[in-house]
Amino acid sequence: MAEWEVVIGMETHVQLRTASKMFCSCSTDYLGAPPNSYVCPTCLGLPGALPAPNRVAIEQVLRTAIALHCEIPRHSKFDRKNYFYPDLPKGYQISQYDLPLSLNGWIEVGGRRIRIRRAHLEEDTGSLKHAGDALHSAEESLVDLNRSGVPLMEIVTEPDLTSAEQARDYGLELRRLLRWIGASEADMEKGQLRVEPNISVRPAGSSELGVKTELKNLNSFRALHLAVQFEIDRQIRVLEGGGAVVQETRGWSEAERRTFSQRTKEYAEDYRYFPEPDIPPLEVAPEWVDRLRAGLPELPADREARFRSAYALSAQDAAALTGEREVGEYFEAVVAAGVEAKPAANWVVQEVVPTGADVPAERLAGLISLVQSGRINRDQGREVLAEMRQTGRGPAEIVGERGLAQLSDEGELVAVVDRVLAENASAVADFRAGKQQAIGALLGAVSQATGRRANMKVARELLEARLSRS
Amino acid sequence: MSPVELLDQQLADIEAADPRVHAYLRLTPQLARAQALASDRRYGEGEERGPLDGIPMALKDVLSLHGVETTAGSKILTGYRPPYDATAVGRLKDFGAVILGMTNCDEFAMGSSTENSSFFPTRNPWDLERVPGGSSGGSAAAVAAGEAVYALGTDTGGSIRQPAALCGVVGMKPTYGRVSRYGLIAFASSLDQIGPFTRSVADAAEVLQAISGRDDRDATSSDRPVDMLSGLEAGVRGLRVGIPREYTGVEGMEAGVRAVFEAAAAALERAGAELVEVSLPHTDYGLASYYIVAPAECSSNLARFDGIKYGLSDPTAETLLETYLRTRRQGFGAEVRRRVMLGTYALSTGYYDAYYLKAQKVRTLIAQDFATAFENCDAIISPTSPVVAFPLGAKTGDPLAMYLNDVLTLGANLAGLPGISVPCGRSAPPAGHEAKGLPVGLQVLAPQWREDMALRVARGYEEASGVVAEVARVG
Amino acid sequence: MTLSRDQVRHVAMLARLGLETGEEEYYAEQLSGILAHIERMAELDTEAIPPTAQVVSVSNPLREDEPHHGLDQEQALANAPATADGYFVVKAIQEPEP
Repeated sequence: MAEWEVVIGMETHVQLRTASKMFCSCSTDYLGAPPNSYVCPTCLGLPGALPAPNRVAIEQVLRTAIALHCEIPRHSKFDRKNYFYPDLPKGYQISQYDLPLSLNGWIEVGGRRIRIRRAHLEEDTGSLKHAGDALHSAEESLVDLNRSGVPLMEIVTEPDLTSAEQARDYGLELRRLLRWIGASEADMEKGQLRVEPNISVRPAGSSELGVKTELKNLNSFRALHLAVQFEIDRQIRVLEGGGAVVQETRGWSEAERRTFSQRTKEYAEDYRYFPEPDIPPLEVAPEWVDRLRAGLPELPADREARFRSAYALSAQDAAALTGEREVGEYFEAVVAAGVEAKPAANWVVQEVVPTGADVPAERLAGLISLVQSGRINRDQGREVLAEMRQTGRGPAEIVGERGLAQLSDEGELVAVVDRVLAENASAVADFRAGKQQAIGALLGAVSQATGRRANMKVARELLEARLSRS
Repeated sequence: MSPVELLDQQLADIEAADPRVHAYLRLTPQLARAQALASDRRYGEGEERGPLDGIPMALKDVLSLHGVETTAGSKILTGYRPPYDATAVGRLKDFGAVILGMTNCDEFAMGSSTENSSFFPTRNPWDLERVPGGSSGGSAAAVAAGEAVYALGTDTGGSIRQPAALCGVVGMKPTYGRVSRYGLIAFASSLDQIGPFTRSVADAAEVLQAISGRDDRDATSSDRPVDMLSGLEAGVRGLRVGIPREYTGVEGMEAGVRAVFEAAAAALERAGAELVEVSLPHTDYGLASYYIVAPAECSSNLARFDGIKYGLSDPTAETLLETYLRTRRQGFGAEVRRRVMLGTYALSTGYYDAYYLKAQKVRTLIAQDFATAFENCDAIISPTSPVVAFPLGAKTGDPLAMYLNDVLTLGANLAGLPGISVPCGRSAPPAGHEAKGLPVGLQVLAPQWREDMALRVARGYEEASGVVAEVARVG
Repeated sequence: MTLSRDQVRHVAMLARLGLETGEEEYYAEQLSGILAHIERMAELDTEAIPPTAQVVSVSNPLREDEPHHGLDQEQALANAPATADGYFVVKAIQEPEP
């Protein structure tokens, strides 16, 4: 069997975070609203209405472009892309053709640079509701233009990705970046992030690209991963069976776990792009770009690298602390309040993020200090954190009031240890027979017997001393 | 006369003349009366809003009027009532305009005779068997026949200036970007401008002053200061007035028109202007460039008429594609279809460079011609139209012959310049009208943003020649 | 340049203009006549000439990002030929044949 090489490029549409639409003042906050209630003459495509471009939408693309290390040409413009479809009320989409806002950048995904070909600005279409399902057409469809004219950024990569995992990781990395800089909510399920992979396979070592298919309607990262993998396998099966891959757009059926051919536009579209005469050309002065650059936060990849070097954190901890911008900032505030980086990372990653605990950084720092100093143990610390969340009180207060203190007294602990050894003869036998891990069960029993108050370090020392004795 | 009395008089004049002229597509007497009453009150309270308050006027059917059917002269917009006012219309309302109704025009402003209206042709008030020009023929005829004190039209290749000339009234196209296009049902977005029809240059300046200026809803509108009035009476003495060599020899120029124009030039010279010959060497290519740029833009602008959101929709269609094809087949007239096809072709794969891109480059050459010419003169004059009003039906079978009517006017659109047409006498057409002749217009073009210069020269001519717009008595 | 009937049919479909049988011929002839005039542009050497898409000198006329209410649903649908439950209604979506 031949070896196959996978080539994937990504086209991603991103709804930008703005208060108003791209070319009119309608609010973008239309989710859940009645159909056709967030509209005006411009986004309805009424005769005579004109587009007035939104400054913030342009700046969101420029900020993203800076974060993606793109070139930002001085001259840019809008163009019309002409085609008929009921969700496109003007019969053309205002987009960008030959002078996009940005070009030639890159994003790092799993240690590799994925090249960005361009990021440009356009307007979203309205949405259609069909009476039929995805596979069968209905006799009538319903048109809602609330989404019409929402600012949409299109980001296109070079075909630099080589697996379904990478495709998913690219999507995750892009989402992290977009949320990080506040360019988009980037929620796939809400359609704010629409990732469309272009996939082809070719015999390993071949220099020619295979025929590609484009995947649509992927509304989760899981679907993205599964659909790309399915499509890679399908194409290989087709080729190994002596068939040919057909260039087409394919949808993803979540229920059937397979991609399917969407009724494609057999009719060769000719979009007849030409410069949008209703909008003067854009002049992107370097000072404008500099100002936006200065306003950007430290980017996630940069911060991740800094956390590893400055705080000597593990790759996993650094990644976990930079999944969202606020987490890393919280971590640094905890460190700034006087806690060592490692335990701070440990607590933030393991206790704060999974539970969504919302406690001030200084108070978490106080709690960690109580644990680090040996005053309370980790289990007790976890309980205190839960109470801090519920009551909003400080850690010292809770520890004091509940009389929490770690049981470190050797005399008391020796008695407990002896009792545990007596009651767990089989575990003791196991340990003596060479099963080192049996000590875990005995430590658990000590913890249990002390109401989780035992200083586990002391308990382990006592246990080991006793067990090694006779 | 009070605004209400003026309105009553105006409505009576319309009733008398319009059954023959057919300037109006629809009248809005209730709206007009409410506006006249409000104006009456303002005058009574000493709170009138300037010289336009209470003056009855008409709108070309391409200018959106809130709640009133606005169809661009096309069946495809039958029944469409805009839920908003065009910016220019809103500004006139604010200045107290009394709106009489919507005037006829060529469908989507595509034409030079108003015969392409989906509804009926408008007649020239000076000879009811002849066209008023176009595409704003209804607005021109209304002002010429005394059916409105002034009217708004739109000019994409001459659609204000040419009918003004053929109907013997003043018509002005401002600099591109001077008047907001918001609410103007687009024909060709990079060429369209709104402007006034009046019976005097001073009135044109007054109306233009009211509708000009930056509008945040039109990204191509300019925030340059607007002063149409203060230089109006400065006269032409000492001005250098250019006459393009190429314009006087254009194809199809009637000898009578040339003679009247030469007399008008002489009058300007007598008034102290210095006549200089200038050259616009790419004049012969203007029509070709225009007839790619305008159809290309219109093919895109007219895509929104799809039978889904407003206007006509074929009820027998069973699929979306049938809805598109049948609605657009029934809704668009022959000239619109022709231009949509021409423009679609010019933008399509394989032809873009040869047609659309080439036309844009020629457009650059034409704009450069004007820039060079204006280094040597303050304004440029020519006949507005090479011919006087022609008989109905004379050119409907030959699109190219019809397009040639615009050859002296479309350069200003391609270059974005302001231009005005003022009546400058009469000329007999090739057959008939030997006694009095038909109106001839003098076109005055000025550099971008120099409406004041075009108005000053036009006003200077009016003053020097004594030629004034008359009202045609039709009723 | 002469347009063929096939080209006319193709262009008419791109523009969704429903031509009737026999009309291709008519438009092929008319459009070819107009294009014959337009061909004269080819006489000009425009190699070094930049194109002019717009004559306006306005630059970056950007709108601030402030939302305002537009039209109500009722106003939005008031002119529509067919509506249901607050939506515009369209017939079965079917793409044209090649």
